[in-house]
Amino acid sequence: MTDVIHAAEPRPASSTKPPLDPHLKALENEAIHIFREVAAEFERPVMLYSIGKDSSVLLHLARKAFHPGRVPFPLLHVDTGWKFKEMIRFRDEIARKYELDLVVHTNARGKAENVTPFTHGSALYTDIMKTEALRQALDAGKYDAAFGGARRDEEASRAKERIYSFRTPDHRWDPRNQRPELWNVYNGMVRKGESVRAFPLSNWTEVDIWRYIQAEDIPLVPLYFAAERPFVERDGMMIHAEDPRLERLPGETVQHDFIRFRTLGCFPLTGAIRSRATTLDEVIAELEIATVSERQGRAIDRDQSGSMEKKKREGYF
Amino acid sequence: MTASATAAAVHPAADAVAVTRDLRPLRLITCGSVDDGKSTLIGRLLWDTKAVKEDQAATLRRDSGQQNDLGLPDFALLLDGLQAEREQGITIDVAYRYFATDRRSFIVADTPGHEQYTRNMATGASTADLAVLLVDARTGLLEQTRRHATIASLMGIKQFVLAVNKFDLVGYDQAIFDAISHDFRELALSLGVRQITAIPMSALKGENVVYPAGAVMLWYDGPTLVETLELATVRSAQAGGFRLPVQRVSRPGESFRGYQGTVAGGSVKPGDSVVILPSGMIANVKQIVTFDLVRNAAVAGDAITLVLDRQVDVSRGDMIVSLDAQPMTGLEFEAQIVALQPDGIEPGKRYWLKSGSRRQRVSVKPLSQLELSSGSWRSHADRLAMNAIGKVRLSFDEPAIFDTYDQNRSTGAFILIDPDTHNTIAGGMIAAKRSGGIGIRYEGERVVLSLPADLADQIMASELFANRRDEADVRRMTSAQATELFQNAASDI
Ligand SMILES: Nc1nc2c(ncn2[C@@H]2O[C@H](COP(=O)(O)OP(=O)(O)O)[C@@H](O)[C@H]2O)c(=O)[nH]1
Repeated sequence: MTDVIHAAEPRPASSTKPPLDPHLKALENEAIHIFREVAAEFERPVMLYSIGKDSSVLLHLARKAFHPGRVPFPLLHVDTGWKFKEMIRFRDEIARKYELDLVVHTNARGKAENVTPFTHGSALYTDIMKTEALRQALDAGKYDAAFGGARRDEEASRAKERIYSFRTPDHRWDPRNQRPELWNVYNGMVRKGESVRAFPLSNWTEVDIWRYIQAEDIPLVPLYFAAERPFVERDGMMIHAEDPRLERLPGETVQHDFIRFRTLGCFPLTGAIRSRATTLDEVIAELEIATVSERQGRAIDRDQSGSMEKKKREGYF
Repeated sequence: MTASATAAAVHPAADAVAVTRDLRPLRLITCGSVDDGKSTLIGRLLWDTKAVKEDQAATLRRDSGQQNDLGLPDFALLLDGLQAEREQGITIDVAYRYFATDRRSFIVADTPGHEQYTRNMATGASTADLAVLLVDARTGLLEQTRRHATIASLMGIKQFVLAVNKFDLVGYDQAIFDAISHDFRELALSLGVRQITAIPMSALKGENVVYPAGAVMLWYDGPTLVETLELATVRSAQAGGFRLPVQRVSRPGESFRGYQGTVAGGSVKPGDSVVILPSGMIANVKQIVTFDLVRNAAVAGDAITLVLDRQVDVSRGDMIVSLDAQPMTGLEFEAQIVALQPDGIEPGKRYWLKSGSRRQRVSVKPLSQLELSSGSWRSHADRLAMNAIGKVRLSFDEPAIFDTYDQNRSTGAFILIDPDTHNTIAGGMIAAKRSGGIGIRYEGERVVLSLPADLADQIMASELFANRRDEADVRRMTSAQATELFQNAASDI
């Protein structure tokens, strides 16, 4: 791995920014440490970039870790073809602005066979367009380490995830056979074909993510903030009704209200919440009294208990 | 927590406070024997601090179909994340839980109390600042409590909280609490742990966990568990000498060369004189670069980029340290290790050792093994089996750089990696440098002797030596330099 030889990136002008509080500073230091360690020990790291808030924080931390050099690895976006339009626009703008090496991968086979969330159901669709696509992309790039934005507080099966999560050559995760991880000494030894997923945000909670975004002024996809948007109600979820490919089912009508999203994924599988929070302060205030976890809006987790763990074993992030 | 409502089956009313955390997160580990109520306690902490959201609770209710006698879901299910564990009904590893009050946030390493507890506890305890040890009020301390306390103190934890749980089952009797906490105090003191808090509680009813017990235990005027955790200290190695294990060298252009790493001890500011180890070269700090601004100081824990005032040869695995308070360098160290894998640790086998960013070959010679039931060390030179805790001698081919674990939990810690499986097979803590070996080199008529300084001083002070003293050519050097000298000599032959 070499730094890209390039003029040092200018520092942001906002040096008047107040220092981070000790809590966020500790989390930031830990994440930067992990970024540097992986970049130094692995031959071909890549950062999985999903355009969401966690990815935005991850990218910001990567830029900090390698300053004044540039981020010394590419970003990989697995594009299912069903992302919110605003996400794609945002992704391309960020890549341009920070001069990032962005790799976008879509499962060509799935696309050719017209695999959609509507025709194949959320489970199979996710399998093909996300899990399989990710494996294809990782194999094609011969990446031996992939950074991800997963947090241990997100879901029960992640609570036992390591910071370096070891994967077999076919990308499988074996929860019963993980390497012990002591102190902040990480074991980065892998054989050819084996790889690790590295999770610099392991110890962050959802509130930490939002507070860090606020403190560091990190740009986000506008869908995280409330606006009057069209939606239909389906299976108890509010689905954004902007994309013409969303067909109305019998009895469904397009409604309009102030809504926003707590997580962003494929629009047909992502539920919105009613909200008036248009600023970061308001989003954080809402979050602190929230009694529903952020993953509730995701169809993928609720298919069956333990479904996330199953996905992970198969190689889904 | 400022609220003092009694815990109920619903989430306590939430106030939307603007949270600022002026404290670093506290990392803690919970240990107890099976059925002491550890899952209930952690579940209670998550529940009463609102870390459990309603949809998670609903999944819980659906999956368990059962509730405990207070109408709360079965907390153990909340914690048993993995299907494999659910199916077998056991917890097999370390899980991390997160909760926060308006004063501080907490990271709990949750480790099983039975099988493989040494291995799992060592992992969980390695990053913890505080241990919560659970006992059942009806039984008091068990042999298991001594084992857990011993491992916790070995891993460098200096603050203990004794949770005397299920206090509702002993009629909230103060005499019982006094007796158990007295026993525990003696145990902790015997391990050298002086910061001890004992708390009578009912995890099930939520008494003295997040909310005070109130009327049922009027005699108790001590803190709740959460109050104790809020006030606990987070240890950092800021007091000792400056340590920067170099993770990578940043050279974005011809004009810039910075050394990136996380400060593992002490502090640094521009102008400070530093030494690069193991080479021994000296330089001054020119700049501390971070993304936001050029800083005028950095302390232990900070991830920084250091720029020096001159061209020196520095690479990953080197350590930049303060000139006046250097760590130990040498080829032989004594350490305590915990064996983590079924193959154990084999005497004489060459392993990889990783400490900070430095990875090097090492061979391990067991000297003794800790008997956890009695706390005593027994001489033991054979293979250390999984879960064994041993004192060992480490021998390196190239100079190693350490502080003792007592002085610095980063630069005194390491892991061992099996070169065949690439698995992490041990965690270790440096106890001391083995006072440098004695070296002899023949140069024709002359013999060059390299001795530890104290031994050399003794010999030179002896009568035997006194009358030839003027002829002596004494050169003081670090053991690393001496090693190099001898290695060069060896290759000359
Ligand atoms: N009466 C009472 N029962 C408790 C208390 N804490 C835990 N228990 C019960 O003790 C049993 C074992 O608890 P559990 O949390 O599963 O123990 P673990 O094996 O240490 O995780 C369960 O039936 C709990 O409901 C308590 O404070 N009071």
